[in-house]
This record gives sequence, C-alpha cells and structure tokens, in this order.
Amino acid sequence: MNDLLLVGLNYRTAPLEIREKISFSEKGLDQYLHALQQVSGVNEGMILSTCNRVEIYAATANPEESGGKIKDFIARQHHVPSKSFGDMLYVLHGKDVVRHVLRVASSLDSMVVGEPQILGQIKEAYQTAHSNRTTGLVLNKLMRTALSVAKKVRSETSIGNRAVSVSFVAVELAKRIFGDLAEREVLIVGAGEMCELAGQHLVRGGIRKVLVTNRTWERAIELAERFHGEAVPFTDLSSALLRVDIVLSSTGSPDFILRKKEVGTIIKTRKNRPLFFIDVAVPRDIDPRVNTVDNVYLYDIDDLQEVAEANLKGRQQEAQKAEAIVSVEVEKFCRWSQSQNVIPVIVSLKDRFEGIREKELQKTLAALPGLSDKEKNALENLTAASKRFKEE
Amino acid sequence: MYVAFFKITLIFYLLGTISYLLFLVFSKPTLARVGRYLVGLGFLSHCLILSMRYVQAGHTPVVNLHESLSFFSWAVVGFFLLLRYRYQVDVLGAFVTPLALLLFIWAAVLPKEIFPLHPTLKSYWLPIHVTFAFLGNAIFAIAFCSGVIYLMQEYLVKSKRVGALSRRLPSLDALDGINARSLTIGFPLMTLGILTGAVWADYAWGAYWSWDPKETWSLITWLIYAALLHQRLMVGWRGKKAAIMAIVGFGAVLFTFLGVNLLMEGLHSYSQWVK
Repeated sequence: MNDLLLVGLNYRTAPLEIREKISFSEKGLDQYLHALQQVSGVNEGMILSTCNRVEIYAATANPEESGGKIKDFIARQHHVPSKSFGDMLYVLHGKDVVRHVLRVASSLDSMVVGEPQILGQIKEAYQTAHSNRTTGLVLNKLMRTALSVAKKVRSETSIGNRAVSVSFVAVELAKRIFGDLAEREVLIVGAGEMCELAGQHLVRGGIRKVLVTNRTWERAIELAERFHGEAVPFTDLSSALLRVDIVLSSTGSPDFILRKKEVGTIIKTRKNRPLFFIDVAVPRDIDPRVNTVDNVYLYDIDDLQEVAEANLKGRQQEAQKAEAIVSVEVEKFCRWSQSQNVIPVIVSLKDRFEGIREKELQKTLAALPGLSDKEKNALENLTAASKRFKEE
Repeated sequence: MYVAFFKITLIFYLLGTISYLLFLVFSKPTLARVGRYLVGLGFLSHCLILSMRYVQAGHTPVVNLHESLSFFSWAVVGFFLLLRYRYQVDVLGAFVTPLALLLFIWAAVLPKEIFPLHPTLKSYWLPIHVTFAFLGNAIFAIAFCSGVIYLMQEYLVKSKRVGALSRRLPSLDALDGINARSLTIGFPLMTLGILTGAVWADYAWGAYWSWDPKETWSLITWLIYAALLHQRLMVGWRGKKAAIMAIVGFGAVLFTFLGVNLLMEGLHSYSQWVK
C-alpha cells in the first residue's frame, strides 16, 4: 500500500509573491500532472492550486524520499530555486494528510472560514487529475471522502450561511427583505471602492440590473460599463429612486444627500414598494432617521460591520462542530487504509505457503519413486489440506 | 371508532406541530419535512373523521361547536398544505400548525353526541354556506400567521437584530406575498359565504338580512377585509400595515365565529353549541 504524502504552502506560510510564482496554471495542469507522475516513487498524484494555496497530494511507496523530490519538482516546473520557497513548505504524511485535506475541503483551513469556493476548486483539481489517470485507489478514496465530508459539514453546521464580510452582509439583508433578487435593481450612488465591491456581490447574488449615478458623469459611465449597467445623471437621482429597490451609497458629500422628508415622498410615489438603503459613506450620505419610514430599511457601515462581526463569532462556533465531524471521518479513513494494508500481506503469505508446499511435494515424490498415480494423488490431496487450514 | 380517529389525528397533529417548532429552533430541513408528513397524515385521518361524521349524522358536520371547530382546523391544515406547494415557506408551519392544533384540541374535548338537526338547518344551503364561510376563515388564519411573522421579521430587520431568528424567518417579500394572495382568495370566498347565507336566510327565515349578531359581525369582518383589499389595490398598502390589518381581521373572524355564538343570543345560536 502506498503512503499518503502532501507537500504544499498556503496563505499562512507564504506571501502572495511566492504563491504566484509557484502556482500551477489551469491550462498547463495536464502536463504538470504527467510530470508529477514521473517523479520517482510517486504512484498517484494530484495538484491543487488556488490563489491561497498550492498543494500536491501524492501516494508514494517511499514518503521520506518523495517529499524532497516533489519539492525539486515544484522548483523545476517553475524555474525557481527551491531555496526561495523551501522554508515555507509543509510536508505531511499519512493521517496528517487525511486531516488536512478534509479540513481544506470543508473550508476550515480557508482564509475566510466557511467560504464555499474551495470545495469547487478541489472538485475541479480532482477531476483534472482523475481524467489524466494520475489518481488511483488511495487518492480516489481520499478525494471522495473529502467531498462527502465537506457536504456533510455544510448540511450539518451553518458554517457556510453566515455572511462575514460587509458587502456580503448587504446581500444577505437584501435577500431577507426582497427574497429573490432576480427582479430587483440597484442604484449605486457615488463610485467608492466599497460600493463597487458590494455591487459585485449583488450582481453575483442575482440582481437584475445595476444603475450608476455620480456627480462626475464620466465616472458614472465608467462604472456602469463595468457592471453592464446604466449610467444616470446625478440630477435624476429622485426619479431613479422611484425605479430601483436597493440603493448603495458612497459619495464624498459632507452633508446628507437624502433626508427623511424626501424619502417619505418617494416611498408614497412608489406605492410603498420597499427600499433598502446601504450607506457605506463616511461621513454618512443618508439621514439615519430615514430608517423610521415604513417600508424603508437603512443600514450604515457600522450596522453592517456589527452584523458581520456577530456572524463571524457564530461561524467560529460552527467551525468547532465541523472539526468534530472531520475528526470522526479521519479515523474512518485510517481504518479503511489499514484494512487495505492487510490484504496484500494475506495474499503474499498465501503465495509463499503455496510455493513451499509445491517444492516439498516435488521433493517427496522424487524421493519415493514407484508410487502409483493413486498414491501420488493422495499425497497431493493431503498436502493441499494445509491450504484449507491457512484459508480458514 | 370516531373517538379513536380523533385520538390518532390528535397525535399526528401534535407530533407534527412539535416537529415544526423544533424546526424553528434548530433550522434543520429534515424536521420541517417530518412535520409536513406528520401533519399530512393527520390531515388524511382528519378527512376520515369528517366523512365518518357525515355518514353517521346524515348532514354536513358543521352544526355545533365541536363539529365547527373540527372543520375549521381541517380547512386551516388543508390550506397550509396546499400553500406549502406554492411558496415553500416551511417556517409558516411553526405558526399555523399550533393554531390548527389548538382548534382541534378544543374540538376534541367538547361533547361529540349527534343531536337531531334543527329543522331550519335541513337544507342544501347548509354545506354550501358553511363551507364557503370556513374556507374563507381558514385562509384568513394563514394570513394572520404570516402577518405575525411579518411583524417579527420587520422588527428584526429595522432594529438591526438580524441574527439567528431573522435568518430562519422568510423574506418580507414572501410574507407580504402570502398576505396579498390570501386576501385575493379569502375575500371572494368570504363574500360568497355571506351571499349564500343571505339567500338561505331568505328561504329559511323569510328575509335576506335580519341584523342578527352573526350577520352584523360578519359584515364588520367583511368590511375590514374589504378595506384592506381596497387599500392594497388602490393606495398600495403593503408590509406592516397590511400585516396588522390581517391580524385585526382575523380577530374579527374569530369573534364572528366563536364570540357571537358563545356570548350572544341570535338566530345563529342553535341548541347544542356549548354544552
């Protein structure tokens, strides 16, 4: 049986400059995988390369030696001296590999714990390796376990459904007010970085259309193009407010740009269709009293931050539950792996017994010439009986 | 047999309600599914109860408090199960099933004897009038529950307490949608209930409308929902105001159904209401 080996580095051990240098591009992955298999001792291999980690999983007959060879392999493929990243690498064996892989797949090792992307990335890395036939019995079993454990963690803990970034909180809240976002439109007022980020999240959350307005018309057009949206003149702000459902505001204005009275009129004209204001500007763009208008919801940057922090705390609790699930599954995998180790031993023992029996039988028959066929058969059967014993 | 089926139904509803309440607390989808199956089984057994009673009594079983409560809770559960297909808001179950369970328990503890039918009630209008009225009531019960949840969720979002509880509740839009939908189905049913009642009253008592307490209170209830419908359609009322109106309206429904019969004397109070 081959032992599991992991060689890799991640955001915790290596800075971005190093991670970019030794990352394996998706396009060349097929070749990298074949090159990996050429590394002596490596019987099965796969490569996981994301922006936060580069990890090579292998099943090898000689883990001590292969560790160093895989390190050389990384250096060779990227034409960088192995010294430049050698200290940042972690090399894991056996059970530690299993635990690490299950934790990575369950998003427990991610920079943002619980973020869902890593599962897809692992799935893809595995599919590529599988279709290149560089995985075998051991890695297949490991990956299938990892994917099912990740699924289990997702369904049995709420680690994944808590928004921990400000812009993601905004999307969650929008969904809590509007349900599905597919029929909703958002107006971005101002063109701060924060707005752009939250806007991207809303687009990913399924929002139908993005409108952008800005005091500088060119800037509005520029941002609108990035979202495939529509630029609106700043003077038309009020009429745009009749149309959209969500307003993301981040202007540099020293004063409020919207007050309670105006919003009250707007909401009446809208026939009370709800409006969700997300004010990420400092100083604030929207009078906080706007929140008291019926069917209007206003969150400023502090509100969003507070929600995000509370969610983060909750997520840490959920992470503990997830760790417990992972531990159980690691043990299960190791039991399976041990049972795999026993089978070849039994088979080879059987072969040796059979060899000895055969040899001794021939010797005996040679020493006893003149035996009839019937007697020879009897001897054969007698010795074969020992085979049955061994099988039992 | 009849009593045995009441017990079976009660157990299903009770377990279903518990399952839904646990779902509200732990937010595990399995619990909602189990709750739905249990309530569904309870509903089937409840259907049997109504058919048995129909056969035994020889008339639609809605002429005393026991029968009416049983029929009312049956309609509430039935509509909830129907609605579940359309809206997929399981959390509503944690509010609707306790209400249906309470109505059912009340029905279960009341005397169940069958009395000879009051002569004025012997008519084809009985099932028609009462069915419309109760189906309308059942839908308004669901609008009431979704109104209560709306107020909770609205309060949580406004006051920025968007933690675990808020995460479990449906979106404001979905809840308001149920309010609107309940109104557009419930209001016509209720109107039909009152109209068929008036026609039947003309046959039975010789006058379409006699300002008997039941009639007066149904009119008040009808006016509340008519006002809500009007405000929704014409003024664009929605959200909080609509939710509050649905709650007030259901208060009027309950008073028309129970209060009038328990507290007032009138043409609608037949002999065996409360014993």
